[in-house]
Parts: sequence; structure tokens; C-alpha cells
Amino acid sequence: MEDLKRLEEFQAKIDAGEKIEPKDWMPDAYRKNLIRMMSQHAHSEIVGMLPEGNWIQRAPSLRRKLIATAKVQDEAGHGLYLYSAAETLGASREELLEALHNGKAKYSSIFNYPTLTWADMGAVGWLVDGAAMVNQVSLIGTSYGPYSRAMVRICREEAFHNRQGYEIIAELCNGTEEQKEMAQDALNRWWWPSIMMFGPSDADSPHSEQALKWGIKAEGNDSLRQKFITMTVPQAHARGLTIPDPDLKYNEETKQWEFGEVDWDEFFNVIKGNGIMNRKRLKDRNAAHDNGKWVRDAAAAYALKKKTKVA
Amino acid sequence: MTTENKDTQWPLWEVFLQVKSGRPYGHVGSVHAADAEQALQNARDVYTRRQEGTAIWVVPADAITASTPEDMGPFFDPANDKVYRHPTFYKIPKGVNVDVH
Ligand SMILES: [Fe+2]
Ligand SMILES: [Fe+2]
Repeated sequence: MEDLKRLEEFQAKIDAGEKIEPKDWMPDAYRKNLIRMMSQHAHSEIVGMLPEGNWIQRAPSLRRKLIATAKVQDEAGHGLYLYSAAETLGASREELLEALHNGKAKYSSIFNYPTLTWADMGAVGWLVDGAAMVNQVSLIGTSYGPYSRAMVRICREEAFHNRQGYEIIAELCNGTEEQKEMAQDALNRWWWPSIMMFGPSDADSPHSEQALKWGIKAEGNDSLRQKFITMTVPQAHARGLTIPDPDLKYNEETKQWEFGEVDWDEFFNVIKGNGIMNRKRLKDRNAAHDNGKWVRDAAAAYALKKKTKVA
Repeated sequence: MTTENKDTQWPLWEVFLQVKSGRPYGHVGSVHAADAEQALQNARDVYTRRQEGTAIWVVPADAITASTPEDMGPFFDPANDKVYRHPTFYKIPKGVNVDVH
């Protein structure tokens, strides 16, 4: 009975647009749902460093190398803001990382696609960071305070990621025939996976309804996806690029770009672990962690030595 | 705290940032670090990549005592019936200016 009253108060608070803070009472399912969502989000930022980190050594100029390094550093920071937010709900950093490393936890499927050419670095910034940004701007409105504040920080930094990507694509489109083809090829490969980043249609998404009711998510998958498509199509056309969707057409009435059927079988297949890069990403992430062990050990030993000296 | 700390989890430190000199410090998040010096460096790397701050405090998370939401009513009660603590409570005769500019 007590819980029912608390649940009502909790819902009323959310409906009034107030934020829930770490020590506030919350239903267990709200806590669990948020830890799952924030940690998946954090893992995505961390794994997202890999496809781009892969290009830092091969960036075509010093300017591009500095930009790529700064972007990858930002993604590390984004992961840390989000782990920090998840920890406010009682999750431990160790558990969260362990779940990522043993393959139990999920991260965004988009990072299980390979970055084959330099144009992919453009497409990732333009499309992947672009889609992430649409999602993250909406998540500023989440009902959980620490998550919302992490989103404010992240969104401030994402604008540069998106722009540098579009700049790479624009440069290639201004270049030789071959370079323009590279840009088109990258768009062909990244378009549909980027659209899938918003997740299945709300009608088929098991967590969507409850997540919306509790304000964990502020907007549904379908409307965010539509927002991204309508925003991005003109950006492609402005560079003379073709969106790889024969059913794409502009609806004069709704002012929206309507799009064709999404291949959800591919999406679920990649989530299941059968994407091109699933195994490699997990292996690389584990290697990065294991190779850093001596640094963690050294820092712990140094801290202990200083402590015993003082005492 | 011992060196037997599990591999990935150092103690948690809360991070407070002063965005501009003269301004109060505000909480921005947390970092894990083996000691205070490393906590400061980690906080700098995580929270000030774009000169978001001029100074940082790091505080061991378990050193912070916070009020609880259940307290909300009774704990802050003593202040809610003292309207005379606000300048607007007072009537000043017309034609006199008591505000300091
Ligand atoms: Fe990010
Ligand atoms: Fe990004």
C-alpha cells in the first residue's frame, strides 16, 4: 500500500516535469531500466572509440589527425560521464565494465560495422554522430537528473563531431571523381545502419512504452528517426549525393521525407553478435583494458607508497 | 583501502568545478582514482577538455554527508514560516528610498 502511494507521488513528479535524483524513492524497475540504458549508452561511447581510433594513424593531414584524436578523447569522456551517472543508482564501475568485456552487455550495433575508407570517417561523424545527437538532445528531457545533466554536457561537445564529419564528406565531394565515389560509397554503407540506431519501431520495442511513461525517454524511436531523416536528406542533396533508398520521397503536406522499409532482420542479426565487427570490437576492447593493467597497478602502488610515507 | 582493490575500481571522488574565477564551485560528476593527485588529473581530463573551469575540487565520495529526500519536509521546515527574513515583508513609507545601489 505504502509503495502504491509512493508510486503515485513518483509518477506525479515526473508528469510535472520534475527530475528524479539519486536518493529519491523510485520503483525498482525504473532503477534497473535506467542502469541498463545508461550503461549501454556508456559502452557505446567507449566501443565507439575503436572504429575511429583505427584511423588516427592514417589521417590524411595533421589537422585531421588532431581532430580525430580530440573526437576519440571526447567519446572516452562521454563514456565516463555516463558510467558516473549510472553509478549514482548503485551500479559499480567494475560490474558494468565486466559485463561489457564478457559480452553480456549491449552497445550500439552501429559500431559493429567496419570503417573501410577515409570517407567512412566523414560518414561516421555526419551520420552516426548526427543520429546520436538527435537522440541525445531529446534525452536532455529524461526524468533522471544525473542522466539529463550528462546529456547537456555531451550535446555541447557533439556538435563538433557532426560538423567535422560533414566537412570531410564535403571535401571529398569537391574532389576528384574517385573521391566523390568514395563519399557516395560511404553514404551507401552507413545510411541504413544509422537509421537503425534509433531502434525498432515503438510498436515492436518492448521497453518503449514504460520508458516513455516514466520519462526515461522523452520521445519515441519513430519520431526521432523521422527527425533525423528529414534533417539529413537535404544535407546529402546539397553535396550531390544520393540517399540509397528508392522509396525516399518528400511529403509536401507533412514537410517530411518519407522513407522505405528498414531491414530489421539485419539489425537483430547484428545485435545477436553476427555483424562484421562484433568479435573484433570485443577482442580489441578487452585487449585495451588488459594492456592498461600495468598503469592501474602502478597508480595503486604509488598511492599506497605515498600513504605509508605520510603515516 | 588496500592494494587488494579489484582491478578496475579505485575509490570514487566527486568533482566540483569553478567555471570562472569568483564564481562558486558546482558539482559536475565523479571520477575513480587511486589517490587525490590522480583524481585531480582525471577530473581535469574528463571535465575540462574545453576550458570549462578555472579550478577543481575533488572530494572522496564517502566523505560527503547529504540530506535525504525523506527529510525534505521536516528538515527544511524551520525556514518556511519566517517571511520576515525577506525584505519584501517590510512596508517602507512612500517617498523614501532605502535600497542601496
Ligand atoms: Fe559521444
Ligand atoms: Fe560523438
